[in-house]
Amino acid sequence: MSQESSRPQPRLVQFKLVLLGESAVGKSSIVHRFVKDSFDDYRESTIGAAFLTQTIELNPEITIKFEIWDTAGQERYKSLAPMYYRNSNAAVVVYDITQESSLERAKIWIKELQRQASQDIVIALVGNKADLEEERQVDNEHAKLLAEEEGLLFFEVSAKSGDGIKTIFQNIAEKLPVEAQLNKSQQKLANKVNLQRPSTNNQASCCV
Amino acid sequence: MDEEYDVIVLGTGLTECVLSGLLSVEGKKILHIDRQDYYGGESASLNLQQLYEKFKPGKSPDESLGRSRDWCVDLIPKFLMANGELTNILTHTNVTRYVEFKQIEGSFVHRYGKPSKVPTTEYEAISSSMIGLFEKRRLRNFLLFVASYKDDEISTHKGLNLDIDTVDTVFNKFGLEDGTKNFIGHAMALYDNDDYLNQPARETIERIILYVGSVARFGKSPYLYPLYGLGELPQGFSRLSAIYGGTFMLGTPIKEILYNEEDGSFKGVRIDVDGEEKIAKSKQIIADPTYFPDLVKNTSKLIRTISLIDQSQLPFKSNENSGQIIITGKELNRKNDIYIALIGSDHKVSPQGKAIAIISSIIEGDKPPHIQLEEAFKLIKIKSFDHTFMGLSDLYEPLNDGLKNGVFISKSYDASSHFESVTNDIKDIYFRITGKPLKLTKLEEGEFNAVA
Repeated sequence: MSQESSRPQPRLVQFKLVLLGESAVGKSSIVHRFVKDSFDDYRESTIGAAFLTQTIELNPEITIKFEIWDTAGQERYKSLAPMYYRNSNAAVVVYDITQESSLERAKIWIKELQRQASQDIVIALVGNKADLEEERQVDNEHAKLLAEEEGLLFFEVSAKSGDGIKTIFQNIAEKLPVEAQLNKSQQKLANKVNLQRPSTNNQASCCV
Repeated sequence: MDEEYDVIVLGTGLTECVLSGLLSVEGKKILHIDRQDYYGGESASLNLQQLYEKFKPGKSPDESLGRSRDWCVDLIPKFLMANGELTNILTHTNVTRYVEFKQIEGSFVHRYGKPSKVPTTEYEAISSSMIGLFEKRRLRNFLLFVASYKDDEISTHKGLNLDIDTVDTVFNKFGLEDGTKNFIGHAMALYDNDDYLNQPARETIERIILYVGSVARFGKSPYLYPLYGLGELPQGFSRLSAIYGGTFMLGTPIKEILYNEEDGSFKGVRIDVDGEEKIAKSKQIIADPTYFPDLVKNTSKLIRTISLIDQSQLPFKSNENSGQIIITGKELNRKNDIYIALIGSDHKVSPQGKAIAIISSIIEGDKPPHIQLEEAFKLIKIKSFDHTFMGLSDLYEPLNDGLKNGVFISKSYDASSHFESVTNDIKDIYFRITGKPLKLTKLEEGEFNAVA
């Protein structure tokens, strides 16, 4: 490590963030706007992406790296695996402000998170498609109140225009337990087995 | 509203999920259904609540066991060989991104009334207290032979032909005693009875190489185990399948299996989706044996017992927190070995201070099954059976290979302590379905980084 640079390297702290919400509320669009700053009117479900990553500078010392898990469509027939929630630090629960029913579904996801995820998970309730004001079915104040009652962050955004997207992640980043995560990841490194490491055993096989 | 798929998969056990993932990655359109509302079928890991519902319905777990969700109890005990084929499939498909692994701390064989560590290298063989002085030299020579054997170098063959000479012939060539043969065959080659002794030696030698190589990869033991239990594996592969476009429907019973009238081949399934009847069609179907009871046969009967124990009951000398103990049939005048799998809070399958012991064997004769396992219960000091769950399972395999009717049925998970037979079944079904052998190529990471 070089001691010469005047400014220390910011520390990178990684967190797992999961997306939840009914099909077609724009979960993937929100992430793509955040990660790639792009929007696609006819986005199909993401193919081949295990998860996306994006970093946010919290302050000069700390950079937050989000590992963002998309549902890969497994939410459609209530088939999300418990693994999805496992060790998640943050969740973005998305509904569509033009679909009343999507907020009802969002409430169920929030309950599911409170049951399955860890106690200190940071949850944000996000109303998407704020650009379609004339088609609005979900009252802003109503959803906001709901979020307050459950102790969640609340935002209305538009993945299409990009309005409010970065704010979601910035606000989540500020609520995440950075120090605790740093300690945890150090402990974890100590006894994890890395399967991607090639075998060190070069013993000749008799039978190839 | 009918829909057409390339392959329909029934059941979310490990075999089905790996195949679902591999086929999705190749671009096949997959519909994956399970009648139960959780992943894993027989290869699920259950929390305390689910465990009691399954084995002791109506009873609730007592408080001393702690929180339900802190337990992940496997129904079928197995470990991954570090150099085994499942490890290979996991790394090539990047499913390692979703599942973390830790070593199992020890591999033991029960000899002279106590568990002893299985020696795996020439060095360990020499220092093992399990073997007499002269026998040590003979074992060392045998292990050196295995380590240096090369198919294309006759000088390394020591005059043996692995495709003709039996295992016993090879053992005798090195003058090994019966006791040594027994632990090599059972604790290293991991055969659960003595039938292998009269077979050509090649498979046994391959198995020993797999064992020794797996130990060498991470040390301690040849075994790896996923944090939070084996149930993570089918979940991981189902995510792989979904990411590549697979459609998943849990909690969906199959109303009817449809066949073509002309030739009796598979046509599709009738299911209910949100109260609406739907027919999903495909030419090929993969299923676990429970979905086609008429097309499978019963091969043997297994007993598996699950005991929730205190960590202090683990019978290890060096304070290992996890391990496998094999009690060979010879020690007990049985044909088949008894396996004990011991795991706990290190692998996040039990609360702190607790552990899980899973004992399994093939049922022999008429003695009540739990009496057959008596020796194992003694070893882990189980006196009361309040926290022990007993399950008898029939093992099934398909009657047909599915090439005619398009119905490809997997085998039940067998008595072996690792996944090699499971991956053999996976590769075999893959070959029958696609007409080509499974060739693993490393997947590109489906991930990109950007800096805001």
